[in-house]
Amino acid sequence: MSEQLVVDEEKIQEILHRWETSPRFLVEILQDIQEEYHYLPREILIEVSRQLNVPLSRIYHIATFFKAFTLEPRGKHLINVCMGTACQVKGAPRIIDAVERELAIKPGETTKDRKFTLETVRCLGCCGLAPVVTVDGEVYGQVTPAKVSKILKKYD
Amino acid sequence: MPYRLNLMICTGTACVSNRAFDIIEALEKEIKKHNLDAEVAIVPTGCNGFCAQGPIVVVQPDGIFYQRLTTKDIPYLVEEHFLKGRPVQKFMYRPPERKEPIPVMSEIPFFKDQMLIALRNRGLINPENIDDYIARDGYKALAKVLTSMTPEQVIQEITASGLRGRGGGGFPTGIKWKYCRQAPGKEHYVICNADEGDPGAFMDRSIIEGDPHSVLEGMAIAAYAVGAKQGYIYVRMEYPLAVKRFKLAIQQARDYGLLGKDILGCGFDFDVEVRRGAGAFVCGESTALMASLEGKVGEPRAKYIHTVEAGLWMQPTVLNNVETLANVPVIILKGAKWFSSIGTGDVSENPWGGSTGTKVFSLAGKVNNTGLVEVPMGISLRDIVFKIGGGIPKGKKFKAVQTGGPSGGFIPESLLDLPVDFDALTEAGSMMGSGGMVVIDEDDCIVDMARYFIDFLKGESCGKCTPCREGLRAMSEILNRICEGKGQEDDIDKLEELGRTMVDCSLCALGGSAPNPVLSTLRYFREEYEEHIKQRKCRAGVCRALITFTIDPEKCTGCRVCAMQCPQQCISGEAKKPHRIDQSRCIKCGVCYDVCKFDAVIRK
Repeated sequence: MSEQLVVDEEKIQEILHRWETSPRFLVEILQDIQEEYHYLPREILIEVSRQLNVPLSRIYHIATFFKAFTLEPRGKHLINVCMGTACQVKGAPRIIDAVERELAIKPGETTKDRKFTLETVRCLGCCGLAPVVTVDGEVYGQVTPAKVSKILKKYD
Repeated sequence: MPYRLNLMICTGTACVSNRAFDIIEALEKEIKKHNLDAEVAIVPTGCNGFCAQGPIVVVQPDGIFYQRLTTKDIPYLVEEHFLKGRPVQKFMYRPPERKEPIPVMSEIPFFKDQMLIALRNRGLINPENIDDYIARDGYKALAKVLTSMTPEQVIQEITASGLRGRGGGGFPTGIKWKYCRQAPGKEHYVICNADEGDPGAFMDRSIIEGDPHSVLEGMAIAAYAVGAKQGYIYVRMEYPLAVKRFKLAIQQARDYGLLGKDILGCGFDFDVEVRRGAGAFVCGESTALMASLEGKVGEPRAKYIHTVEAGLWMQPTVLNNVETLANVPVIILKGAKWFSSIGTGDVSENPWGGSTGTKVFSLAGKVNNTGLVEVPMGISLRDIVFKIGGGIPKGKKFKAVQTGGPSGGFIPESLLDLPVDFDALTEAGSMMGSGGMVVIDEDDCIVDMARYFIDFLKGESCGKCTPCREGLRAMSEILNRICEGKGQEDDIDKLEELGRTMVDCSLCALGGSAPNPVLSTLRYFREEYEEHIKQRKCRAGVCRALITFTIDPEKCTGCRVCAMQCPQQCISGEAKKPHRIDQSRCIKCGVCYDVCKFDAVIRK
């Protein structure tokens, strides 16, 4: 990740303002930053630490504890494979295998061309549609390994 | 002017993924085309519960149930039914075993045996419109409490009803409120736990998406009872629609003076803030959730002092689950006596003496009717799985039902007649949990399922206490090796010993209940573990190291579908002649097994 990120001061101010610039909202603040940048850039975490007067280590403690946060930039499209119990019994592990074969990445990784990131999610709560895959929030239900490549082609 | 017909369209997450909003758009267009705007209303509602059949439209007042609609079906449906008055059979629900469709929703077996309290408004109101909720006696209980009851009377009523925590703990709600009220503190807080983390559970999500005001009203009543002015709702960020609906509901309630300062002119102040979780299962635990609300890492603490005395910011705090709170207004309106007459046991002297009221379960996995069901406590598991759930698809054999999420356990066929209540399930080595019920059949490997839950918990353990952190790691290692065909003779003993240690020594409920999936499967399905270890055999055909795929030359027609789909291209043969799988290159992905239309691929 050699590209230097430009820290948009105003954007950070706005997010901090939304949460009263108070450390008690740290989890929410990080969520909003992640929504904006799709990951938590180090430069911005340093800025947040300075503004809130909170040690950077505490911010990293939270950023690495919660599953929703990622410290690495993600690809253009985010694939989430649901690993809930209902999806598990209806074949989610084989869906992951199929995506892995198709894109040559493992969960948590991004393709070299930065097009796709593969992640797993604990449960989306759409158990009636199991197994479930989402791409950029779009929900696909009753997915089979054979259907995976068709779904991914849509995002090519 | 009232409408002649109301089209209730489910807009829960599952139906939305099945394009419910496209259906709404198509309906609007067609209704306009036929000039029916003044007669037919479209009402977006919350989750109907019958998620597998979505998108769903229920035509009121007759309750005609249409399912699996596509936009192409809409012109015909509008013309035939809404214009000409002829309900369309082909879009109705048809149970697997019969030819005739069942037109009316309340007669469909899935809905027939349900009893709705927490889900009383499901499919009947627009969750984004507070007037709809008020029209169904909404906020009447809050008004009753504020104008005619003391906080002590409210607590007394809830205690007498026998209501126990629906999040899984089963602690009597009234007692919790009483302790919190009695505890000294600068401020008291009410928190709604909507961090529904159990995989396979979606009751709370459906309640929030379908009827957010019922939860807000429950919170306001709780706040009055314990003397709180501020409430928090902690929702998981994986539920964006629930977050949106809560925020909207809060705004509407404030505008109507049902939240905020001097509610209903009674001098009672209460307001609510929505906070998003960030994807940590352990944050469903009360102290971890409160730490996260304070902007800290969501790690639990030892509860020598209970959260009702020192919770959020060390102040007295009541934490209730979504479903618990949704029950509260109904109990206030209909009375404790009515509520306690439903369910099992006798709670008149001891609130732990029974399980009263109803429970919402999310039924998923290998069952025909997946979805959300609310049933009276004490109903048998068999009724839920076979009567309401419609049994196992494709004529497969039932193996077990998993209740209580990762902290729960597996219940075998022999115990299917067990009444569903807090105590009976705990005795059977599982637990009520928040209400997830996942059915597994003969094609699911019990060891693999136990491994799935342990791996889940291993990833979610916060790591603060050793028994949970290290115990789960060791269990996961052993289970993985058993699934890979490398199990050792004493592995079962080791699992049991680890399990006992974790139950006794873990800091919070996550670690204390984490061995349940292993201990309960060892209790009822020990022979499957032994088969894996001694005979290197997986009878369900799941554990890859222990299975092979072959092609039955008798059944193979040489259609080449498997050969074309095989990612390894290791299936060969001449067209229209039996094919073969090259075992040395097969990665056992099972694609051939899925795509073969002639059942020629054998998995053993």
